[in-house]
Amino acid sequence: MHPWLRTLGSIPGAAVCLWLLAACSVAEPKADLVVINGPDPQTVDPALATGIEDLRVINGLFEGLTRYDPVTARPIPGLAERWEISRDGRVYTFHLRDKLIWSPGQPITAGDLVYSWLRVLDPRTAAEYAGQLYYVTNAQSFNNGRLKDPSLVGVHALDSRTVRVELNSPTAFFLDLCAFQTLAVVPRQVIEKQGDQWMRASPLPTSGPYLLDGWRLNYKIRLRKNPYYWDAANTRLDLIDFLSVSAPNTALNLYDTGQADVIWDLTNIPNELVDELKKRPDYHAFPYLGAYFFRFNTTQKPFDDSRVRRALALGLDKKRLVTQFLHAGERPADHLVPDGTAHYTPAAGLGYDPDQARHLLAQAGFPGGKGFPRFHYLFEGSGGGGRIHEQLGVEMQHAWEEQLGIHMELAQMEKKVFLAAQNHLDYDLSRSSWIGDYNDPNTFLELFRSDNGNNRTGWKNARYDSLMSQANLQTDPARRAALLQQAETILVREELPIVPIYFYAGFTYFNPARIQGIFPNILDVHPPNAIWKVERREAEGGATSAVHH
Amino acid sequence: MNSHTPSAGAKPPADPSPNQRAWRRFRRNPVAMASSFLLGFLVALILVWPLFSRPPFAPHLPRALTHAPNAVSDAQFQPPGPQYWLGTDVHGRDLLSRVFSGARLSLFVGLVGTAVSLVIGVFWGAIAGYCGGRWDAVMMRFVDVLYSMPSIIFVIVLITSLNAVLAKWQSGPAPLPDATARWLQFTALFGGLGAVSWLTMARIVRGQVLSLRHRAFVDASRVLGAGHFRILWHHVLPNVYGLIIVYLTMTIPSIILYESFLSYLGLGIQPPEASLGSLIASGTEQINSIRIYWWLIVFPGGMLALTLLALNFLGDALRDAWDPRSEN
Amino acid sequence: MYFLKRTLFLLPLLLVISFLAFALVRAVPGGPFDRERKPASPEIERNLRAKYHLDQPLWQQYLRYLGGLLHGDFGPSLKYRNHSVGDIIAQGLPVSIALGTAAFCFALGAGIPLGFYTAARRGRWGSYAGSLLAVLAICVPSMVVGPILIMLLAIKLRWFPVALWGSPWHLVLPTLTLGLYFAGRIARLLHAGMLTTLHAEFITTARAKGLGETAVLLKHALPIAVLPVLSYSGPMLADLLTGSFIVENLFQIPGIGVFMVNSSLDRDYTMVVGLVLLYAALLLVLNLLVDFACAALDPRVKYE
Repeated sequence: MHPWLRTLGSIPGAAVCLWLLAACSVAEPKADLVVINGPDPQTVDPALATGIEDLRVINGLFEGLTRYDPVTARPIPGLAERWEISRDGRVYTFHLRDKLIWSPGQPITAGDLVYSWLRVLDPRTAAEYAGQLYYVTNAQSFNNGRLKDPSLVGVHALDSRTVRVELNSPTAFFLDLCAFQTLAVVPRQVIEKQGDQWMRASPLPTSGPYLLDGWRLNYKIRLRKNPYYWDAANTRLDLIDFLSVSAPNTALNLYDTGQADVIWDLTNIPNELVDELKKRPDYHAFPYLGAYFFRFNTTQKPFDDSRVRRALALGLDKKRLVTQFLHAGERPADHLVPDGTAHYTPAAGLGYDPDQARHLLAQAGFPGGKGFPRFHYLFEGSGGGGRIHEQLGVEMQHAWEEQLGIHMELAQMEKKVFLAAQNHLDYDLSRSSWIGDYNDPNTFLELFRSDNGNNRTGWKNARYDSLMSQANLQTDPARRAALLQQAETILVREELPIVPIYFYAGFTYFNPARIQGIFPNILDVHPPNAIWKVERREAEGGATSAVHH
Repeated sequence: MNSHTPSAGAKPPADPSPNQRAWRRFRRNPVAMASSFLLGFLVALILVWPLFSRPPFAPHLPRALTHAPNAVSDAQFQPPGPQYWLGTDVHGRDLLSRVFSGARLSLFVGLVGTAVSLVIGVFWGAIAGYCGGRWDAVMMRFVDVLYSMPSIIFVIVLITSLNAVLAKWQSGPAPLPDATARWLQFTALFGGLGAVSWLTMARIVRGQVLSLRHRAFVDASRVLGAGHFRILWHHVLPNVYGLIIVYLTMTIPSIILYESFLSYLGLGIQPPEASLGSLIASGTEQINSIRIYWWLIVFPGGMLALTLLALNFLGDALRDAWDPRSEN
Repeated sequence: MYFLKRTLFLLPLLLVISFLAFALVRAVPGGPFDRERKPASPEIERNLRAKYHLDQPLWQQYLRYLGGLLHGDFGPSLKYRNHSVGDIIAQGLPVSIALGTAAFCFALGAGIPLGFYTAARRGRWGSYAGSLLAVLAICVPSMVVGPILIMLLAIKLRWFPVALWGSPWHLVLPTLTLGLYFAGRIARLLHAGMLTTLHAEFITTARAKGLGETAVLLKHALPIAVLPVLSYSGPMLADLLTGSFIVENLFQIPGIGVFMVNSSLDRDYTMVVGLVLLYAALLLVLNLLVDFACAALDPRVKYE
């Protein structure tokens, strides 16, 4: 046969071999629960984690002094079974549970907790969320490198089961912080031996309800029940898979064909289909501790004039904006701190009043929008899914053109370029959002202190700063809430360096007839060990996964 | 006396030049003529379309033809109907006018990018292949180095650097008029796209020239005293035209498609402008098993396919017509 | 001799490429640690940069990187801070290779016969139909083909899984989506190559010898006409092997194609350089092999 034909013929032969090779992937047991977690977690090291997708996995692996109640997301005893708080609110004494172990013969001690927190603060770890611990005395100096001796930081192990924490000032949300991923307890014995890549150790002891059974980047993380966890008796599911899925349509397809049991986070389903999906019993939406807003560059004319800023806010019909494009139950926002934040009544914002807006604009020197310079709205491109920033921007452009006669240009940028521009105040208006770290107004309001790195508007207001400082020295919750509300009033009613647009909706998608234990709380935390599957008498038909208990 | 002396009264038919012969062959090819007419018609329509929404024409045309491409309305996601012939998108914008304005932008992107890629690539490859030896080695190593970088990096570098420069400029004391700023951005995009596609062209051309270099007719020209440039231009390149034209007709589509990939990543043509690529990228998000706004994909995709089909067949016909050896 | 020289040049070439990538990616605005949420104090950012030596001058960083390379260490990923670049590549590369090779086989297996057919039946409407098919394959982007195939074959007909990886059935749809474009290109290249070859003298000779048309095409025209396809195979295979972003994104396949794009967008410096080196090494080696094959097959090609 001609050599060419032989070569050509080998192609289908190679194809068949490949086919068989691909089948040689090792078969692994099916997971009890498959969750679509969203973007790929960058790390599951509590000290280094920053994103919500990281948090959801770490929630199952490592625990801190307190943990989140699955229903209310309030802090409840975790590794610590009880604690005492001093009268002035500055000293906390935690008592760890009895018989906590990493593995047989290796107890979890107070020393481990101190090690974990000091590791976060150690400049060599370069933890991005070290700021969560800055409430502890001397923590910030140690992290800055000014203080060299870690034993001077205000966290000490009094004995193997007692931890004493000293704070700079009474911090109402400190127990919430203790449940936060950054403050979780990590295995010192492994980290000291393996350094940065300690997650590859096998076996890897964990302080939480699950062990890390496998991690394939950009694919899936597998969690296996930790038999040594103090509450292992109440951990119902043995194997949980967290899938990283980047395309929302793919997530939905996987769910519909029975390959996934749960989807959480709204960005993981196609925005345009939400109104269809809402009709299904699988759909659950609830208030969430997140706000979508845009910032003004208050160092740039004409946005240095608060009348202009108020005018632009008043000229925006947020209700219409939100209902046009967002159907998941997001609520239009006139203030910054989301409704439902614990022990707090938010300030009243400005609302929609185009006449007042025109009046203010005229007062500021731009009657009917004449003379108002063209300005730009910066936002990042959201490639591969969801164009919500662009859609809202187009609507804002249209609204202001019609109501106020001013012209805005849209400037979509690549994400990192956008962030750099925002940091350097190279913008007129820029899109922003913020998810609260803990259930307290402070997590939102502290952003706009004059010295906060996340301010990024150039806005400095001494009255605001002093109100915030006073509030955080208050031990009486009612007085504190009142002070915070005053501060927020300055922010959203008088000065408006930012304009809130809507509050995010928390979102979970699962069949409540098959899965239970996922609750709609404002932090959208769903501890994996609280989830369980409903036991059925008769077998279910179709492509759904097998039911375990 | 030679045989060409005309007999009294009759003028001999002039010998047609190679170009005239090629043109004649082209005209005789039905597919060629059909594609060129289609393309011509499309281009004319695309260029004329913006005028429809303006005063001289608008009152005399049916309403559906006079929408402006960026006009927002409340009629979200309307299927094709009497008011909007191709339907509307998420902002209530008319798809028909957006498809035409998108096609104009896409064709422009394709042409400019291809022109850049053609000029650089053909000359680079021809010179490398013709010179051979050390020149060839150095030039092709340069191509290898550039080729070995995934093009996405260059594109990202170019686009983001220009984005950043523009952002700084625009928020400074003397911002450019927005139209100029946008054209600068597009130029960066085209430049980037052109810069990533000339490499393959250079390689292919160099391969062909290399194999043609030692052919008899080249040696013959050299013996006759022709200079290198003349040989290259008149003798070698014409033999490569065929391959160049086919490659060209593959480059325009690939540049337009690459632009749609960039739009998918959020790096391509920025809103509110649209290119066919960005229309398709936002349209693909509508493909799911529950409810499909099919018009958002079918029409932009169809327009793209039609244009590229016409270009391809045209390219085929051009190659056939100009091929010095396809005399039948 | 020529090929020996080319092989020796490989290493310095890779060095140049690594430096180019190293410098280029650091020149882009935005850094790996820029996030929506800034750290609470500027010292934290300083600690981060110090940990990964980003505060040192460029040449020092580069030398340190080269030193690591000598030990086979491509450095830690700046995005996946618990993983090293080598680990990530080792995880993803086999998957991309499997997918890429499958798409390559499909592209050749579908493209070559189609191109041959359209050239053999030239002038008849069958050829035009075939050309139409090839051109359509080129014109419809994979971001459209993919979802349509999923919708039809995976959801409506349930023949194949919707996404993910692990069995031969998971390979089919991604291969089709990835390979369709290249099949079309190969068909077109072969078609053009055949037509050019068909007018050569040796074809006329073969016909004069009385050989049947199919034999002429198959045994004499095809081997020469397939050369441009061969030239194209080198870069095509490299592209396929390093994965395709769209396909891997859509089908959630754990290959390295996604990383190639995302690492640039995330400014994961070490990852970008590592991937560039991988891609470059692959491409250079493949091009060398392809040139070698061309020289061996076409006696008219002479390299010096």
